[in-house]
Amino acid sequence: MSEKVREVKPGGPRGRAMGPRPKIKNPGRIIKRLMGMIMEHYSINMFLVFVCTIVAALVNVRGNLFLKTLIDDHIIPMTNVAVNGGTPDFGPLIRAILVMALIYAAGVVASFLNQFLMTFVGQGTMRNIRKMMFEHMQSLPISYFDTHSHGDVMSLYTNDVDTLRQTIGMSMPQLLNSLISITATFVSMLVLDVPLTIISCCMIAITMFLSARIAKVSTKYYVSQQSDLGDLNGYIEEHLSGQKVVKVFCREDECISEFRERNDRLRDSANKANRYANMFGPVSMQMGNVSYAVVAVIGAVLAINGFTGLTVGTLVSFLTLNKSFNMPISQVSSQFNSIIMSLAGADRIFRLLDEKPETDEGYVTLVNCREGSEGECIECKERTGHWAWKHPHQADGTVTYVPLAGKVTLDDVDFGYTDDKMVLHNIKMFAEPGQKIAFVGSTGAGKTTITNLINRFYDIQDGKIRYDDININKIKKADLRRSLGMVLQDTHLFKGTVMENIRFGNLDATDEECRNAAKLANADGFIKRLPEGYDTMLTGDGGNLSQGQRQLLAIARAAVADPPVLILDEATSSIDTHTERLVQEGMDRLMSGRTTFVIAHRLSTVKNSDCIMVLENGRIVERGTHDDLIEEKGRYYQLYTGNSIAS
Amino acid sequence: MIKTILSNVKQYTFPSLITPVFMIGEVIMEMLIPIMMANIIDKGISAGSISSVVSYGLGMIAMGALGLFFGVMGAVCGARASTGLACNLRDAMYLNIQKFSFSNIDKFSTAGLVTRMTTDVTNVQVAYQMILRISFRAPVTLITALFMSFSISSRLASIFLVAVLVLAVVLVIIMSTTMGLFQKGMRMYDDLNEEVEEDVTAIRTVKAFVRENYVIEAFRNAADNIRDVFVKAEIRMAFNGPVMMICVYGSMLTLSWMGANMIISDELTTGQLTSLFSYVMSILMSLMMLSMIFVMLTMSMASGRRIAEVINEKPSMKDPETPVTEVKDGSVDFCDVSFSYRKGSGNNVLSDVNFHVNSGETIGIIGPTGSSKSSLVSLISRLYDVTEGKVMVGGVDVRDYSMEALRSKVSVVLQNNVLFSGSIYENLRWGNPDATDEECREACRIACADEFVERMPEGYDSIIEQGGTNVSGGQRQRLCIARALVGKPAILILDDSTSAVDTATDSRIRKAFKERIPGTTKFIIAQRITSVMDSDRIIVLDDGRVAEFGTHDELMERSEAYREIYESQTSGSGDFDEFG
Repeated sequence: MSEKVREVKPGGPRGRAMGPRPKIKNPGRIIKRLMGMIMEHYSINMFLVFVCTIVAALVNVRGNLFLKTLIDDHIIPMTNVAVNGGTPDFGPLIRAILVMALIYAAGVVASFLNQFLMTFVGQGTMRNIRKMMFEHMQSLPISYFDTHSHGDVMSLYTNDVDTLRQTIGMSMPQLLNSLISITATFVSMLVLDVPLTIISCCMIAITMFLSARIAKVSTKYYVSQQSDLGDLNGYIEEHLSGQKVVKVFCREDECISEFRERNDRLRDSANKANRYANMFGPVSMQMGNVSYAVVAVIGAVLAINGFTGLTVGTLVSFLTLNKSFNMPISQVSSQFNSIIMSLAGADRIFRLLDEKPETDEGYVTLVNCREGSEGECIECKERTGHWAWKHPHQADGTVTYVPLAGKVTLDDVDFGYTDDKMVLHNIKMFAEPGQKIAFVGSTGAGKTTITNLINRFYDIQDGKIRYDDININKIKKADLRRSLGMVLQDTHLFKGTVMENIRFGNLDATDEECRNAAKLANADGFIKRLPEGYDTMLTGDGGNLSQGQRQLLAIARAAVADPPVLILDEATSSIDTHTERLVQEGMDRLMSGRTTFVIAHRLSTVKNSDCIMVLENGRIVERGTHDDLIEEKGRYYQLYTGNSIAS
Repeated sequence: MIKTILSNVKQYTFPSLITPVFMIGEVIMEMLIPIMMANIIDKGISAGSISSVVSYGLGMIAMGALGLFFGVMGAVCGARASTGLACNLRDAMYLNIQKFSFSNIDKFSTAGLVTRMTTDVTNVQVAYQMILRISFRAPVTLITALFMSFSISSRLASIFLVAVLVLAVVLVIIMSTTMGLFQKGMRMYDDLNEEVEEDVTAIRTVKAFVRENYVIEAFRNAADNIRDVFVKAEIRMAFNGPVMMICVYGSMLTLSWMGANMIISDELTTGQLTSLFSYVMSILMSLMMLSMIFVMLTMSMASGRRIAEVINEKPSMKDPETPVTEVKDGSVDFCDVSFSYRKGSGNNVLSDVNFHVNSGETIGIIGPTGSSKSSLVSLISRLYDVTEGKVMVGGVDVRDYSMEALRSKVSVVLQNNVLFSGSIYENLRWGNPDATDEECREACRIACADEFVERMPEGYDSIIEQGGTNVSGGQRQRLCIARALVGKPAILILDDSTSAVDTATDSRIRKAFKERIPGTTKFIIAQRITSVMDSDRIIVLDDGRVAEFGTHDELMERSEAYREIYESQTSGSGDFDEFG
């Protein structure tokens, strides 16, 4: 479509699932920023969540201690009473159970509230982040889209936001919960018995050491799994999109064996990655059991010998605590991987949000105006069909109005997509209102690039571009672009009706105006034949329309915008003669009375241009009318006769 | 669907079967451990016997070690079985895709097939591993724990049964009402993605018309809708946890009361009570796990179905039983041919086509878009099968040839042609793997590709990037023609293959065809009349019928349609294409 598209890295493996796991530079900063985003809208929710989490965790710990109370304070004394022939008093037990029921009830309520509130926080934050990303993306310069593959951008909205939801919705609350449980359990353990706590901690250390070893191995294979997956993905993508060519050349067997080689490699690395990841669970669980046994044996020795005043009840409770000490720790280690993954995703999201938006230091705006008694422009609110540039002068505070005419000049313009490689040199050009300027030259000569400068998709390095004698740097970008109509080679249609797609050119246009534009563009005929006429829904980039019909719609869209200056990129793709003629007529009608820059592929367009610019390697090598240039017998003559020899 | 997936387990049947065994072993160890714990407390600590504490403790450690062994083996076998299944599924899909005919290929989009082979397979892999490792765990845990509890005290264990029933009913209700919401949410995800994709591809249009706010509005709606649906679904899910907690806590409290009573009346020991406390957790956790598995499975069902669709797609074309393996010459006959992309739809794109082409002739084909020019030539190399009549190459029905024999002699340069990543030589040898360097270079000379290839820094060893993005459109087309020529075909079909090549080069290519490969029958489809007018004969297609068939001069005389095309293209509105 344009010269730059080729600079974009070709497709291929992309997306989060493809590359090896990235290293995160500054996880603290990312977490802080993410928390900031959450707190901005949900600080009350988060505070309540925090409180609820603490309540739930404390209830959990209290519940674990309940067994001790039950055994030591109630069952044993009551048993003693019963053994001694007395009638045990069940009153205290009932009370204890009722109190516990209340505590548990609080825990249930807290954990429900927790879930409930987190749903809003998680989903709401996702929505806010998506919106922020999309809105910010709209403000980015075209160069962002030219240098980032669409697949990568898409995967930000799907993969990266998804993993983030996992983290905010599940990992973070669980992490918080685990931390509180660990702390509370740890404190309770200390209160119960210090030596046993030390032993428990030693066992935990061993478990963590083993887990870390497994994690290291598993991460290694995980990385190679991702790169094998990317490799396979790239292969499939390339060869399936060329599947018809594969069939035509009977290359099926070669493709199968190449595919198998990659498929087997992926199986082997995936097998190893999964194997070690699967080991986490059994290892931490069985280590927990071993820890239990060790504590039990040592505890029993201590309790029976009565060294530390350890009672049976305390030991039993301690053992329960020991169990609930191990659980959150293995939970944290299982969450760790997914947190790292989502932080990497957040990092990519933030990088998009940190991209510099298009700068717009313009202050000249486009306003409606009417003609005053002495022919001067007077600004007005209503739509008059007349426009003027409102130009405030900072020096003396005055405001001048320049009628919108459509005069465009390029004065010694140099431009390069990167500073070290200029693609346009010394471009000088002058277009009076209503003139038609054609650009011809080979692919890569810089034709599309020039049109990208006039609407400031890219900013020039040197020289000046003026619109109605105003430097375009002074004009607000939105207003500049509103005064320029574009018909690109590829027509992009949006999901919506035909009418909505035409109205895209001018949101204020009435149905009548849209229909008139369609008539001018020669699109009315085919639209009426569509099943529901102007109300026909277009889906999937208008996949149900032919190339020619899409071009007609693009012309209608530009016509309804009714700009004084047009930029046309004539399509090269072959469309049939009938539609071709319709497009041609539509284009001609659209161009009449407007300043037009056209990247020409058709002889007729070139022939009736006011001036033809022949570009080569970013320079204008010849300029003049068709007849002048034929006379000159230069590059244009070559191009032209190259064509006419064949015809 | 499930049958299709399972039939691909194949050589991984053993690990698939042994994994649940290991997992059950692990569960049994886990379930025995609370008994050991009870023994440690009752027979050891309470009884004041250090020796029994030590022996039970050692027993417990031994069980832990055994449990670890089972767990690790389960991990190893489960990983092997599931990744193996994934590998087989990808293989089965790819193998079948290679057997696809063009009409099969048209049915699936490339992006769709890629997703099926990656994301969908990964989903199934995860689900399969879960079935092997966890879905056996949960019911076994449930049953063992219940069994153990009943063996301790049937009266107390019946509390669990009540809790299990309550929890199961509530879980089923919650799940069944949220399922639909989740599916709705997934569809909204697709909408959102579409919105982003649309915007990213059309960003120039958006910016040129200053419509940023307009698309932002649309996106906001999509984002809000997703949030609303998921909030609704997740709030229902939020009941899961509390209900489970009510059941657990309820059972514990009841257990405490009844247990205390029973201990006092000497029907139960303290250790047994502790074990029951552990079992109550295990039982209810396993139910929770079952419901999770259920959700995951339904989610991966969709993936499984999409995979099965590809594997079960029947290739619509097969080689005949006793195929003809040699193409005699390049003559082509169409006998009463009718063709429709969907059989039986009556929507014929070609009707009553009859013509004979001699070996070595050059045939131009011209006609408006939608007149089925591409469909016509695709029948010659049997990319599609005719609906009625027959197509003969070298005097033999194309359906009697082996596909390989036919297609290696009938070379088609498709309209949307692609080059593959690799060197130019490698790409050219697609036409014939045994071609010498010289044969490749000769093909390039005929296709006028030699001039730019030789100017490239590495010449014929230059690497083409994926999708051929580092050569221009015209260069790509010339390389594709050269690739087709390397196979020395008897019939060469160019389907609008020089549209991006400038007219001068185009005519040089045609001249080279005439001089260098005079024996090859050539079909040339073009929009440009100059590309076909010097052919031996020209077919004018109109709406799937052969409107005219004759030489340029004959057609100029008798065909108004042809004359009209000729005049409109040569009198000023022709192409002004750049040199590629």
